Amino acid sequence: MDDFLIRALLAGLLIAIIAGPLGVFILWRRMAYFGDTLSHSAILGVALGLLLSIDVKIGILLSTLLVAGLLIYSQSQKKLASDTILGIISHSALSLGLVLISFVDGVKVDIESWLFGDILAVSWNDISYIAVGVSVVALVLLAIWKPLLSLTVHEELALVEGVNVSLISAIYTLLIAVLVAVAMKIVGALLITALLIIPAATARQFAKTPEQMAFYSIVIGMLAVLLGISASFLSDTPAGPSIVVSATVLFLMSQVFKRT
Amino acid sequence: MSVPSSKDSALLASLDQIHLSLQGKTILHDVSLELQAGKVLTVIGPNGAGKSSLIQVLLGFEKPQSGTVFRKPKLRIGYVPQKISINTIMPITVERFVGLAGRRRSSALEALAETGVKDLAKQPIQQLSGGEFQRVLLARALQHKPELLILDEPAQGVDMIGQAELYEKIASLKDQYGFGVLMVSHDLHLVMQKTDQVLCLNQHICCSGHAEDVSQHPEYQRLFGNLPTEGLAVYTHNHNHCHDLHGDVVTGECQHSEDIHPDHKNSNDINLHASNQSLAKEVKHKHG
Repeated sequence: MDDFLIRALLAGLLIAIIAGPLGVFILWRRMAYFGDTLSHSAILGVALGLLLSIDVKIGILLSTLLVAGLLIYSQSQKKLASDTILGIISHSALSLGLVLISFVDGVKVDIESWLFGDILAVSWNDISYIAVGVSVVALVLLAIWKPLLSLTVHEELALVEGVNVSLISAIYTLLIAVLVAVAMKIVGALLITALLIIPAATARQFAKTPEQMAFYSIVIGMLAVLLGISASFLSDTPAGPSIVVSATVLFLMSQVFKRT
Repeated sequence: MSVPSSKDSALLASLDQIHLSLQGKTILHDVSLELQAGKVLTVIGPNGAGKSSLIQVLLGFEKPQSGTVFRKPKLRIGYVPQKISINTIMPITVERFVGLAGRRRSSALEALAETGVKDLAKQPIQQLSGGEFQRVLLARALQHKPELLILDEPAQGVDMIGQAELYEKIASLKDQYGFGVLMVSHDLHLVMQKTDQVLCLNQHICCSGHAEDVSQHPEYQRLFGNLPTEGLAVYTHNHNHCHDLHGDVVTGECQHSEDIHPDHKNSNDINLHASNQSLAKEVKHKHG
């Protein structure tokens, strides 16, 4: 097997480890649009990285964390409906990013690879960056698992029982921001949410506990990465979209399986 | 926060002259109450009287415009919310749901056993009936080892026998653990038998008093004869004022007829027939 394929698989499988458990919370908390907003804002990060001549990875991480902070703040204000806020931030960050990228001189920017991912161009350097990000997210998520689950089930009960709801919610938001930043190269800004939602939705019907659902979601995500990258290699399809299509096929199969 | 007089070492929480308005509308006006260890306070009032807001203020979820909220430092509150729905995409069993409040796994089963629903432990939480859910919520509140138990409409969607049983259960748990109870209900006449005090709320406190044993009440005996009476009691309103249709206090004689305002009759005679008509029919039907 070629070296670049191993790197691609490794990167995708690492991402699936955290996309699974973060994704089930996205479903439970009905936050799909929230994930979209954070991932769209990553395009702004690409522009910042290029314009400021810093590492694009750093630019993306900065912009997703910044937008996550903005979301946390605006949610505490409760002045506008949250889907209104998300809609405004999501599309203005994406558009602003695309406008700013057009100002970048010199090398022509391959915008498509940022929107849909470029997993086959992953370097060993990228892999270590992803591994660090994944480890941090996994450890923090383990630490806040119980209070996060409690506030997801019922916020007022969690509050009465002493859970610091706003702090735990904010940490969770930051974790998604980190995931988006490290997963950008794999599936791209427009498809990251699919990696969060589709495996989790597929896992639902096999799971009896929240932890089972998170675990199955990881397994299904990994399977989608394997299938997607194989398809991409064999029939020369774009890798990121192939992973998402594989996840969708698995989801549809699970729905058929449910009926019988 | 003002610290109340030290003679009340059993005082768990209190509200003093609370005024709350949301979006310019007065929800609570000059409301004061005290919650003590081992005592049951029932707050009754029609829909929109501000009962749930009262709980929100007490729990600290809503900040009143004026007045003081006192909670004993580090007070452990067990809260049984009104109606909750759990997203069906979350696979979670009753046992796990209750366990979210505790540290040990076995204690969830113990709490479920105490509220009489241990056999539901492995069921998905979304499949419970209203009455079962109340018991499960009660078990979760117990898990938290409460000093004060706050229940928002615990008898809603539960038939009268179930209501009596639930009140009995709460009373016996109270005796066992010695916690204070705040019970909120929209049923203006039937309250928990073991309640120490009843407050009637309609934005302000209309009246307060004690409940009479329901089984002693001739009207109840005539209607329900051999139904269980354990747990339930009758509260007789004793208002010195009236409300108009907007809920504002009217001084002088009542302007409205009792027909349009049956829940608030300024009378010592209780109209059980009016508030429980459908139930009475159902009972007759059952008994052939």
